[in-house]
Amino acid sequence: MGNASTPSQHPTFDVAVVGGGLVGSAVAYGLRGSVSSIAVLDEGDVALRASRGNFGLVWLQSKGYGMGAYSRWTLGSVRLWPQLAAKLLAETGIDVALEQKGGLTPLMGDYEIEARLAWVNKLMSQPGVEPYEWKLLDHHQAASLVPGLGPDVTGAIWTPHDGIVNPLKLLRAFHVAFSQSDVRYLPHHGVTAITQLSDGDFVLDTPKGSVRARKIVLAAGLRNGELGRMVGTHLPMAPQRGQILVLERTRRLLDTPMVTLRQNDEGSWLVGDSQEDAGYADHVTTLPILATLADRAVRTLPALREVRAVRAWSALRVRAQDGFPVYEQSASHPGAFLVTCHSGVTLAATHAMTLAPMIAAGALAPELDTFSTRRFHVQKT
Amino acid sequence: MFRRLDAPVVQAAGRTVRVIVDGVALECREGDSVAAALFAAGVQACRDTAVSGAARGPFCMMGVCYDCLVRIDGRPNQQACMTPVRDGMTVQRQLGAREVAV
Repeated sequence: MGNASTPSQHPTFDVAVVGGGLVGSAVAYGLRGSVSSIAVLDEGDVALRASRGNFGLVWLQSKGYGMGAYSRWTLGSVRLWPQLAAKLLAETGIDVALEQKGGLTPLMGDYEIEARLAWVNKLMSQPGVEPYEWKLLDHHQAASLVPGLGPDVTGAIWTPHDGIVNPLKLLRAFHVAFSQSDVRYLPHHGVTAITQLSDGDFVLDTPKGSVRARKIVLAAGLRNGELGRMVGTHLPMAPQRGQILVLERTRRLLDTPMVTLRQNDEGSWLVGDSQEDAGYADHVTTLPILATLADRAVRTLPALREVRAVRAWSALRVRAQDGFPVYEQSASHPGAFLVTCHSGVTLAATHAMTLAPMIAAGALAPELDTFSTRRFHVQKT
Repeated sequence: MFRRLDAPVVQAAGRTVRVIVDGVALECREGDSVAAALFAAGVQACRDTAVSGAARGPFCMMGVCYDCLVRIDGRPNQQACMTPVRDGMTVQRQLGAREVAV
């Protein structure tokens, strides 16, 4: 399909990363030092841009139900995050506002508490989960972490590992690092075809001409299903829409983030965690969802009744069909790696520091076998 | 600096309204927005920003830029350009982000 004869304006790169969001950027950032030339190919403003629409949690406690290895992988990233933040600050001068002071899942009423408790117990007892500290807090314990916590919050799941970052500053820091270290960022280079030549090199066709690379990393978010097919991989994607409501900036009040409510380093509040199957419709927000988000936020923290909502948006979570990450080197196109996950923020540290060195070395470690697309190859009955 | 184009007319005809700006009485014209009254009184900056603390004043004068936020009668983050002056109103410069009372 690809037109391999199109002359390229670039030299052959060691690695071309397809996708300039948080996943592709973290991998490219981590590849520096191990490979000599890197290109990051991105789309333009038409891209779905999960990296600009997300909630910015660095979050462990809800991850891995149904796949214990995902919990362990996430815990590894959460532990590496302070190093990533320090490195980005030293290199770029950008403080990504990482805070890992523990986080909460607020629960309202006995039903929610019992259901969540059973869920967490089941998650933690799965094979592959590395045990970590967590607690069910009662209202008073949770209120000691959240000033002004509403009486409707009768319990909360807490872990010390959860936290937040400013995801826009994170994306910016990666890109500043690229410009300081000869990573070629190529916007408007949406990939339309991939061809592997007989010498193993890849040619990526784009509207701005072709790009040639010895290895490629597909980190194109929801487009990874389509791009995966070009390298012989079956990766079924299932986007999930989330809506976020933003409240005006206030003095800092909330130091312990919740999965549904956080305050940013610069004072604004994000209310979120809605989950909808809405196809690719990321251009609308809906009143029933926003009303539910607002209602839950003011029940969680009644003082927010006085705080104005200033913005709302929808964004699509990058999800494979089963919601778990995908890491794989194509069997039919060796040198082509797929990286797909919903938690591009949380996993950024391990993508940069654990995954990128594996890609540079040409092979994913056996611990990542669980995350291959082979799990989707089940016989239909 | 801003000044009224029609200052002599106003002095002759308009009814004055008295507001308190940061503890100081200010005479303004009925029908003025708080932002216009502040400009007419020579006040350029009405707040310090939430993030860097830089001074800001009214900019768009039509309710979209949110640079004119002030505290009015104790309520934070009120748009000065969209609020008409009223006798006895208190207006305070807002320093940094508003607070949330818990």
